[in-house]
Amino acid sequence: MLADKDRIFTNIYGRFDKSLKGAQARGHWDGTAGIIEKGRDWIINEMKASGLRGRGGAGFPTGLKWSFMPKQSDGRPSYLVVNADESEPGTCKDREILRHDPHTLVEGCLIAGFAMGAIAAYIYVRGEFIREREALQRAIDEAYEAGLIGKGNKNGYDFDIYVHHGAGAYICGEETALLESLEGKKGQPRLKPPFPANVGLYGCPTTVNNVESIAVAPTILRRGASWFSSIGRPNNVGTKLFMLVGHVNTPCTVEEAMGITFRELVEKHGGGIRGGWDNLLAVIPGGASCPVVKAEDIIDCPMDFDGLREKKSSFGTAAVIVMDKSTDIVKAIARLSYFFKHESCGQCTPCREGTGWMWRVMERLVRGEAHKREIDMLLDVTKQVEGHTICALGDAAAWPIQGLIRNFRPEIERRIDEFSRNAHRHEPVLAAAE
Amino acid sequence: MAKIKVDGKEIEVPDHYTLLQAAEEAGAEVPRFCFHERLSIAGNCRMCLVEVKGGPPKPAASCAMGVRDLRPGPNGEAPEIFTNTPMVKKAREGVMEFLLINHPLDCPICDQGGECDLQDQAMAFGVDASRYHENKRAVEDKYIGPLVKTIMTRCIHCTRCVRFTTEVAGISELGLIGRGEDAEITTYLEQAMTSELQGNVIDLCPVGALTSKPYAFQARPWELTKTESIDVMDAVGSAIRVDTRGREVMRILPRVNEAVNEEWISDKTRFIWDGLRSQRLDRPYVRRNGRLAPASWAEAFAAIRDKVAAAKPERIGAIAGDLASVEEMFALKQLMAALGSTSIDCRQDGAALDPSLGRASYLFNPTIEGIENADALLIIGSNPRFEASVLNARIRKRWRMGGFPIGVIGEAADLRYDHEMLGAGTETLKDLAGGGLSFLDVLKQAERPMIIIGQGALARPDGAAVLSMAAKIAADVGAVADGWNGFGVLHTAASRVGGLDIGFVPGEGGKDVAGMMGAVDVLFLLGADELATDAIGAAFTIYIGSHGDKGAHRADVILPGATYTEKSGTYVNTEGRVQMTTRAGFAPGEAREDWAILRALSDVLGKKLPYDSLAQLRAALHEKHPHLRDIDDIAAGDPGDIARLATIGGEIGNARFVPSIGDFYLTNPIARASAVMAECSALARDGFKQAAE
Repeated sequence: MLADKDRIFTNIYGRFDKSLKGAQARGHWDGTAGIIEKGRDWIINEMKASGLRGRGGAGFPTGLKWSFMPKQSDGRPSYLVVNADESEPGTCKDREILRHDPHTLVEGCLIAGFAMGAIAAYIYVRGEFIREREALQRAIDEAYEAGLIGKGNKNGYDFDIYVHHGAGAYICGEETALLESLEGKKGQPRLKPPFPANVGLYGCPTTVNNVESIAVAPTILRRGASWFSSIGRPNNVGTKLFMLVGHVNTPCTVEEAMGITFRELVEKHGGGIRGGWDNLLAVIPGGASCPVVKAEDIIDCPMDFDGLREKKSSFGTAAVIVMDKSTDIVKAIARLSYFFKHESCGQCTPCREGTGWMWRVMERLVRGEAHKREIDMLLDVTKQVEGHTICALGDAAAWPIQGLIRNFRPEIERRIDEFSRNAHRHEPVLAAAE
Repeated sequence: MAKIKVDGKEIEVPDHYTLLQAAEEAGAEVPRFCFHERLSIAGNCRMCLVEVKGGPPKPAASCAMGVRDLRPGPNGEAPEIFTNTPMVKKAREGVMEFLLINHPLDCPICDQGGECDLQDQAMAFGVDASRYHENKRAVEDKYIGPLVKTIMTRCIHCTRCVRFTTEVAGISELGLIGRGEDAEITTYLEQAMTSELQGNVIDLCPVGALTSKPYAFQARPWELTKTESIDVMDAVGSAIRVDTRGREVMRILPRVNEAVNEEWISDKTRFIWDGLRSQRLDRPYVRRNGRLAPASWAEAFAAIRDKVAAAKPERIGAIAGDLASVEEMFALKQLMAALGSTSIDCRQDGAALDPSLGRASYLFNPTIEGIENADALLIIGSNPRFEASVLNARIRKRWRMGGFPIGVIGEAADLRYDHEMLGAGTETLKDLAGGGLSFLDVLKQAERPMIIIGQGALARPDGAAVLSMAAKIAADVGAVADGWNGFGVLHTAASRVGGLDIGFVPGEGGKDVAGMMGAVDVLFLLGADELATDAIGAAFTIYIGSHGDKGAHRADVILPGATYTEKSGTYVNTEGRVQMTTRAGFAPGEAREDWAILRALSDVLGKKLPYDSLAQLRAALHEKHPHLRDIDDIAAGDPGDIARLATIGGEIGNARFVPSIGDFYLTNPIARASAVMAECSALARDGFKQAAE
């Protein structure tokens, strides 16, 4: 278990003073000017050495991402964009940072912005996060007043931070759709290449980072890359905010070391599975878009990028959705399919048409109102969506279903058998053409 | 140049090529829906997926990926893509299936059937059966104007129409609302689009979601005879294809001509065809006791012979209209010469253009393609949006590239691109010429400045002086330099440049249009309707033309002629480009081709013209005017003409420039006979009214 002294987010539950004074008392904004004095290259090298991987789900090395930004401006300014459009079902970590520990993010913006030569940071806050945006804005105002950011600040790097409030679309959490939305356009992902580091916000070099990735940066730089990289397993280092949601006795968001096993995580922080370990059915380990993992596979699995990849799932945002045996697993995945169908932007064909198709078949599978061959057809349709779309939403919609079929095929078949055996149906089955 | 291997075949392509273009270059066919050469890249249909060797284990959209974006192999080999692997086949079949699951498959009742990209590509790249057993999506049809019919259930969301209207047409009236499978193309408030180019979305739509409203359920593409021709609705001379069934023109489509219209045509060009059927003159008429009565050709000719014989040669005049071809104007000119009259004119509106000043003085010298090379523009007394919509799209294209300041002297209007309003009339022009306006420096600093002068600045008493002053500005700012002649006269009449080329203007002692009014005893109108017919006075008027319009109402004898789709005629567009129409069908009833009417009449008048066939007429024409022989070519004017023009000078009044086109949709007799054009015109008028309120 992570020792309290190694925690980065020391006010994640909002028990202490979240104002600038409180944050400074907890060690934030300490020696920021000194970090900036060490220069861009030092910061980027230190971030690379720390082994921090992006906390938004894809796990791309943060230091490497920062290093893609142009060292010399070609006349265009550079921007840092922080993705606080946290909308994935199950995920609720950025929200805690925004409302209880916002100064970690504000300080992170300044340092990250300096490291990539950005002139300003835009923080894109999810539309539903009203109080969170207010808390963040308050923190930014405090930082301006205290001369920590803005023109001619104490830290020696002119930097502005703007908060942009989204309108609540999941797709705007995709980095290029977020940029479009920020520019005032419809939130639809852009084609890549060109990548944002080359042509991003307003056509200028831009790095889009998750809130957590930015918020942990100051502490890493203060305590040193080696401290951070000593926690966890190789290639999966550091601390991470885990979200335990669903059928555990005490659902919570908790900062833990990467690579903690699922069992330890649930025992230490979740108060155990509802109804005991024997009652565990399955876990979605990284938020709605990750494939579901069966109980026996996950119990002793280390919770990090590589550990979950071995289970053919993904670490995602570490939103651990725990489902006990009272869960209708097919219905649960069908609900996720509905979510992705609802949030598809409609730009490219496979996702626009495929998410609706998958959801409708899933709804029938919930009732068992299908042929068994349709299970394979559905799997084929998910493969037709996966990898053929502009952004990753198509993949995100396909994976939960693939996970379901991989792990719970007998359950689906059982329902189909039951449905077709049942002579006392309330309504006849309608063919599509009628 | 970049090297790339496509399906094992190594080729070299320019750096800026996309994978799709490279594949085409290598001879590999790549299906696509959303990609269009002249629009921005959307990459949303996902039909053009190809496999990239060494890339991620998923196919890439070839329309959006540049050849430059690919990395070479580890030993510096050329990057390699495949268009025929199992991965690509699977991807295409998958995308095609997705496109079809919510497509109604109502091809038998769809107007796009037979020329539908989705139909063709489903045949080539799809699978034969459907696995989709859910209910299909239905989408409500939208009203987006009287020209474009929508069946939105068929839409595949390629957004070509949205990109065309915003990028080429310059209106932001069409868009995609909603998201996911609820996304719909609409004008949102279901108002009619206001662009003069909106009909092009019908061609762009790869499925039957946007079809031609007037053409709805009229014909099937495979029963139409296709004739390649030239448009005469304006002086641009867009390349068109006339589709006929039997004798009737069923629709008009654009052809590709990079130098003129790329592949766009204006709505007037496209939807005029119903005007070719109504109000037609299909037999000769002779006015008896104040009323026009049907007559035979012989009776009509006899009536003319009597009047011509009684008139003094100098009291005979002829005016050529806006749609006349060079051949018939040439025949009429020769007939008039034989009758001893020099009172001929092809400038109905009285524009001060004089062929004796040299060809460059009345041509659009920079050429339409040349607009893209210009780097500053001054528009004088013209509204290109209405006077030459397709040419205006080219100006917009250049403007979108950036670094193209545009100044306008004339009536304030929405030209579909940003421009600086310098002023309304000659005062501003004088100011500019005198260096009183900073825009002169903009023109001076430009390497290839361009000046467009419209008929609104020329068809006025001081037109010649205005033209001279414009030429002076052109000379002052260096618009006429080595290899660049930026001085362009924008015509609105298809016949005008051809008429000026053959000298269909008053000769020694001859009268012009204004001079002929009330001052001649016999007046020939060759399809001339755009003049004040009540000013003609007592003159015995012979109208040769196709439609019962203003000229025919005034006429004493009507000789029924042919429209541009019913004859092969030479037209010279505003650039001076010689082009030829092709006969797509025959004129109705007893109507004949105009040159043949003149030839027959000349025999009756005892001044028989020396040709019995169109070929002989053309031979005579080409002998006199050799440049007309070179179809599709421009015989460039002498740049020195502009300098000479600049020295003429003259007194300039102080009236504002008024637009030469009042109603875009009703500029000629064919358009005025078209119910579709009437509806568009009414809509545009109401729109303006609404805007003013």
